[in-house]
Amino acid sequence: METVLLLAHTEPDGALAKPALECLTAALALGGPLTVGLVGARVEAAASQIAGCGAARFLAVTGEAFAQPRYSTDAAAAEALCRAAGAAIAMAPSTSRWARALPGVAYRLGGRVDTHATSVAAENGAPAVTRWFYRQRMEAVLSRRERPWVILLDPGCFAPWSGPAGTASVEPAAVAVPETRTTVTGVRSPKADEQTIRPDAKLLFVAGAGWTKKQSDGAVHAAEAETLILGFLRAAQASLGGSKSLVDLSGEGEAVLRFMTHLNQVGQTGSTPRHPKGLSTCCHGEEPHVVGWRFVNQRRAINLDPNCGWARGKADVLYVADAFEVMQHVNRLLGA
Amino acid sequence: MSTPFQIAVCGSIVPDPLQTLEPVIGPAGPSLKNEMMLPAVLDPWAGHALFEAAHLARKTPGSKVWLVSLAPKAKLQQVMMTVAQKVPFELVALDGPASGFTDSFETAAALAAAIAAIPGLDRAKLLVFGGWESASRGAGSTLQMVGERLGITEQFQGVDQVTVREDGGLEILERIEGGRHQVSVCSAPPAVLGWATGNLPEPRNNPQIGMANMRAIMPALQRAKATPIPNTGLSFASVSLPRQQRETRIVKDMPAEEIAREIVAWMAEE
Repeated sequence: METVLLLAHTEPDGALAKPALECLTAALALGGPLTVGLVGARVEAAASQIAGCGAARFLAVTGEAFAQPRYSTDAAAAEALCRAAGAAIAMAPSTSRWARALPGVAYRLGGRVDTHATSVAAENGAPAVTRWFYRQRMEAVLSRRERPWVILLDPGCFAPWSGPAGTASVEPAAVAVPETRTTVTGVRSPKADEQTIRPDAKLLFVAGAGWTKKQSDGAVHAAEAETLILGFLRAAQASLGGSKSLVDLSGEGEAVLRFMTHLNQVGQTGSTPRHPKGLSTCCHGEEPHVVGWRFVNQRRAINLDPNCGWARGKADVLYVADAFEVMQHVNRLLGA
Repeated sequence: MSTPFQIAVCGSIVPDPLQTLEPVIGPAGPSLKNEMMLPAVLDPWAGHALFEAAHLARKTPGSKVWLVSLAPKAKLQQVMMTVAQKVPFELVALDGPASGFTDSFETAAALAAAIAAIPGLDRAKLLVFGGWESASRGAGSTLQMVGERLGITEQFQGVDQVTVREDGGLEILERIEGGRHQVSVCSAPPAVLGWATGNLPEPRNNPQIGMANMRAIMPALQRAKATPIPNTGLSFASVSLPRQQRETRIVKDMPAEEIAREIVAWMAEE
């Protein structure tokens, strides 16, 4: 099997996050000699965390310039690590930081890149990548002749590596800090006062445009909808998704759910989150939305229309009912 | 007053999302069944990038927007009939595949060459826009390689907002994990920005803009160079549709309270 480089960046606390440990599992499964390449202000804690993984080498690019996610510095660091390791395959978790920088690194190295891999397996001594095309509507297995081959692995596809911590001997990789015109000034949360997107939640709760339409009494109850949804999210620690029609209403300035932004959008032009369960409410379950549910295993929906998309084989259970009424009872049962 | 921008938006076409897609594998690799018959739209993220580019150009007098598109020109012409009515731009067309199975490395080479060949392009004012992913390949890797080929190392992905500051710098919001944005300031162009959804609604059709755009779009389509994407070294072992049909249990006439109990019990299951 070919040589493999795992690229991982540290988190603000100096450790490696779960996606990096998942990617380590995938890299080890390929069976080739493994080098670990670490990037961050300091990497001692991260190297110790995975010292027992069996890697042949630990390389690192360190320093304050490499603490913050930024294309130019991240690309320079990854390029230096790839050149120092000389590996045929470079694997990295598909974090926003690596997804931004590594395609450009593949170009610099004269290699190729594949992103959003959901599986990587050795076939006839070479890796084969599984990934989705057309927004999760079809799945392909592909391989490449060019090397190095940079592969970004989606989170949630492998079990995170776990093993004893220890002490690793880390070799510095030489890199000049590139000139940059970009200054990272901070991180901003959405306008909403509380977190509604929880990638690790067991349940995805999706709200559709029906929450903002006239109800049986002929009136719109957006404020009540907000209270019900936020109450449920708090009690269930669920993650919030929205249909395109609902988040578009928000963008058009109509009186809608104030905490709903495009960041919550699930579907063809939104995200494809991974959760064990999903509950859809007031949403018709049409195909462009449901492609965003590809990685939600158990699906239930509440909708007044018994002929909606969810009824056509897209949900396990469709409750034909008034979501306002049902969610009031759910919240009461959850103590919200 | 801000320095004018020259904004090259990379964007292609994708099948209308309401269409049923079925893969077929031929001697040249995978493609979609009846691909040339499927109605197409401008890629949604490329659309956001185009509308944001036009918005930025409108606010910054002297700026100009190009749409650089690699697609079969007959289908691109159909899509342009609608897109041209939205915002002012000049088309740079490349006649080649828009398939999701084409390689981003070679696509980036073609797009970068087309941008570099734009007459009168001032790279000191250049902003390369595009969708952070496409609804076809969904790779999120093309723009970075376009930028590298053009020598641009100020790059941003998952962009939702750009604000031009008093000093001419660009404050950029990029999506990161956990529904948050990273805030960066890029002191000046050139830069590459891969857009997420942005904040702008789709502009209404404006026939006057459409007529003005189409005067230049038709000659651009006629000039479109044949641009094959051979997918060198890339091979597909399989392409398949997922099994997506579920046996849906439709529950009617159950009291809301009972439904709630069932949902709460289901949530508690491991």
